[in-house]
Amino acid sequence: MFGYYVELALRSLRRSRALTALMVLAVALGIGASMTTLTVLHVLSGDPLPGRSGSVFMPRLDPRDLDGYDASAALPTQVTWADGMNLLRAGRAHRQALMVGGATAVQSDDASLDPFFVPARFTTADFFPMFGVPFRYGNAWSNGDDEGRARVAVISDALNDRLFHGGDSVGRTLHIDGVDLRIVGVLAPWRVVPHFYDLSTGDYATTEQVYVPLRTARDLRLKRNGGVECWGSGSADEDGMETASCVWLQFWVQLDDAGAVAAYRTFLDGYVHEQVARGRFLRPARSELPDVMQYLDERRVVPGDVRLQVWLALGFFVVCLVNTVGLMLAKFMRRAGEVGVRRAMGASRRSIFLQLLTEAVAIGVAGGVGGLLVALAGLALVRQQPSAAAHLAHLDATMLATTFAVSIAATALAGVVPAWRACRIPPALQLKSQ
Amino acid sequence: MSIDVLPILSTLRRHRLTATLLVLQIALTCAIVCNATFLIGDRLSRMLMPSGIPEEQLMRITVSDIGARGDVHARTVTDLAALRRVAGVDAVTVGNSLPFGSSSWTSGLRLDKAQKSPSIDVGLFYGEGLSDVLGLRLVAGRRFTPDEYVWVDDHVTRRAAGANVAMVTSALAKRLFPEGSALGRQVVIGTDTMRIVGIIDRLAAASVSARDDLNDTVVLPWRMIPAYGGGYFIRARPERAARVLADAVAALKAVDPRRVVVEARLYPEIRARYFATDRAMALTLGVVSMALLVVTALGIVGLASFWVGQRRRQIGIRRALGARRADILRYFQTENFLLASMGIVLGMVLAYGVNLILMRQYELPRLPLLYLPVGAVALWILGQVAVLAPALRAASVPPVVATRG
Repeated sequence: MFGYYVELALRSLRRSRALTALMVLAVALGIGASMTTLTVLHVLSGDPLPGRSGSVFMPRLDPRDLDGYDASAALPTQVTWADGMNLLRAGRAHRQALMVGGATAVQSDDASLDPFFVPARFTTADFFPMFGVPFRYGNAWSNGDDEGRARVAVISDALNDRLFHGGDSVGRTLHIDGVDLRIVGVLAPWRVVPHFYDLSTGDYATTEQVYVPLRTARDLRLKRNGGVECWGSGSADEDGMETASCVWLQFWVQLDDAGAVAAYRTFLDGYVHEQVARGRFLRPARSELPDVMQYLDERRVVPGDVRLQVWLALGFFVVCLVNTVGLMLAKFMRRAGEVGVRRAMGASRRSIFLQLLTEAVAIGVAGGVGGLLVALAGLALVRQQPSAAAHLAHLDATMLATTFAVSIAATALAGVVPAWRACRIPPALQLKSQ
Repeated sequence: MSIDVLPILSTLRRHRLTATLLVLQIALTCAIVCNATFLIGDRLSRMLMPSGIPEEQLMRITVSDIGARGDVHARTVTDLAALRRVAGVDAVTVGNSLPFGSSSWTSGLRLDKAQKSPSIDVGLFYGEGLSDVLGLRLVAGRRFTPDEYVWVDDHVTRRAAGANVAMVTSALAKRLFPEGSALGRQVVIGTDTMRIVGIIDRLAAASVSARDDLNDTVVLPWRMIPAYGGGYFIRARPERAARVLADAVAALKAVDPRRVVVEARLYPEIRARYFATDRAMALTLGVVSMALLVVTALGIVGLASFWVGQRRRQIGIRRALGARRADILRYFQTENFLLASMGIVLGMVLAYGVNLILMRQYELPRLPLLYLPVGAVALWILGQVAVLAPALRAASVPPVVATRG
């Protein structure tokens, strides 16, 4: 029976090509626009550490002086060198890493290759296991390397391709900013979106290509970047950063269960109270411990424009659907005569209803295919945009399936009222008027 | 016309569902397009914000030296000398930021040290002779004298102190000292007390969050160094700018072949990059609005065609009873006008509601009332254009149809 309905539907759709094309086009445009914007939103608001983000936390405290004190303002998202080192040495979390962003000029042994700049991260060793960073060759450096200011580095997959043509470069030498470091590890492709652990280098910054132990980088005066907030007599002079009253480092900890989180909160609170008691912190004691997603929510990382585009596309989709309902109603009512004949020949209301709904679903399938093409074109356009995260916008399997499901469900829904109207046509009246 | 309205309304009552759908579609289109147009206007006005500098004449080159140690001041002076020798360079300096140049330096500005909370966040601009290189127009007071400058790293580390003088924009001066001249008055920038010696016409900030703060900028007498993130700002005649840029890069590479050129761009490109997201958003809104209007127009064509097809006999009867073609044509046009009007009235209410939500979510201003009549006229025209072909087809139905079938 279903095959027959499909055949009837296709025949009917062929009969009024322009109207069918119009309905398919409307559904395709609406679906395509919605899926494009939803995919972008999905990519930009995703979890940067799937499966881990719930156990990675950012300890926050307020070492600033009383100048401009506002009890309701947010706490700094970075720490001073002194607090970072204190918390790092306390070692109360399962893992903890203190870090800052940088930029280094990389020179190749290959003289034909001009020196080039890549983003770098100067961090302590736990960065890699805490964030689940995958290695292709070698390993991260050790805590001992951190303490000993070892001249070692980890490089990204992309940089390894560029310098060593993708070979195992562990043990080879990396020349950056005029100094030589021994490569101990090469990462597998890795990207976190958003760049949650240091938003000051850009919400959707690319992941770094060179990783150097924090103290080594500071000793070598490798070029640091990122946000610096100073108060009092603090100034962002490179040689005095370790003692300056400025926050400029990011500190993250890994806490694996609720007990560990509670214990760390108590520890952090105690630390802040102690600093206040010693007169190092001037503001009333306050600390926070958000996890990754809480932090990203607070910082409103997803651009407002992206949400606006989603609403715009959904509004467009609703108009397209209303349009389709109207056209389908017109189309089905036009066939009142045919429906009357079929009813008179013994077709039940149910079978008429199902037949018309099949026709609606056929439009949905065609609209879904069209919508997919529109979405692919839309995403290709999005990827042309200059914004940092634009090139990440790709349709994945979930979104692909969603496109079809939504398209078919929406058109079927749009077909319900027109089909219901049409199947209630009294057969006698139609036959009489023929 | 007035005679037509009643029969039209009674016909529409019989096609209540279809008519309602069309009205709803027009209303939603009206609401979305009104707000989208408003948002486009908002973005365009952002993109057109004046920078206060001769944009066509400026360019920026940022370099980074590898492993170079030693006297940063001497190296900067050498670079500047090399750039001055490039043919076509009218002026050059190392500066910290450019209007809409993204790399922004800000500080809190207060009127006196006792005031605890920063009163205004101002954008800082510095570099030797920056006001000349950027062609800033002086409206009162004077520019800095050569002996007033100090190297920024010396200033930051307190190794040397420069003259405590500053230039502010006229907008900032008026904001700080509404009652009189700002010249000679003192302000506290960060922790430094500075005396205002010059007032410049305008200088847009490097990064603008609120449009009212566009010209909250201050020029300070500090010599910038590349190691602090400064770039070489060069001014040249517009027709020679591209050539000068290439030559300047070559000159900098000639000083030290191992250095990396991080950026070398003409100012119009720097500005375009800053507003890229606004341009993309305006384009998206424009494309979606056009698509909406097209879909709605085609929807009107489809429904009107259906109605014409359904009423062929009635049209024939009316024609047989003496109605002229023009009467039939006007019937369908009036019908469309009525439906569009209902849609527009509902659409205006919706547009206003959407705008209220946008105002809350995106800190947008209220939708100017002018948008409503303009939107209404646009949709009326759209409806009339869309209905014309089906209405003409209706008008061409011959009276003889009445006698058939």
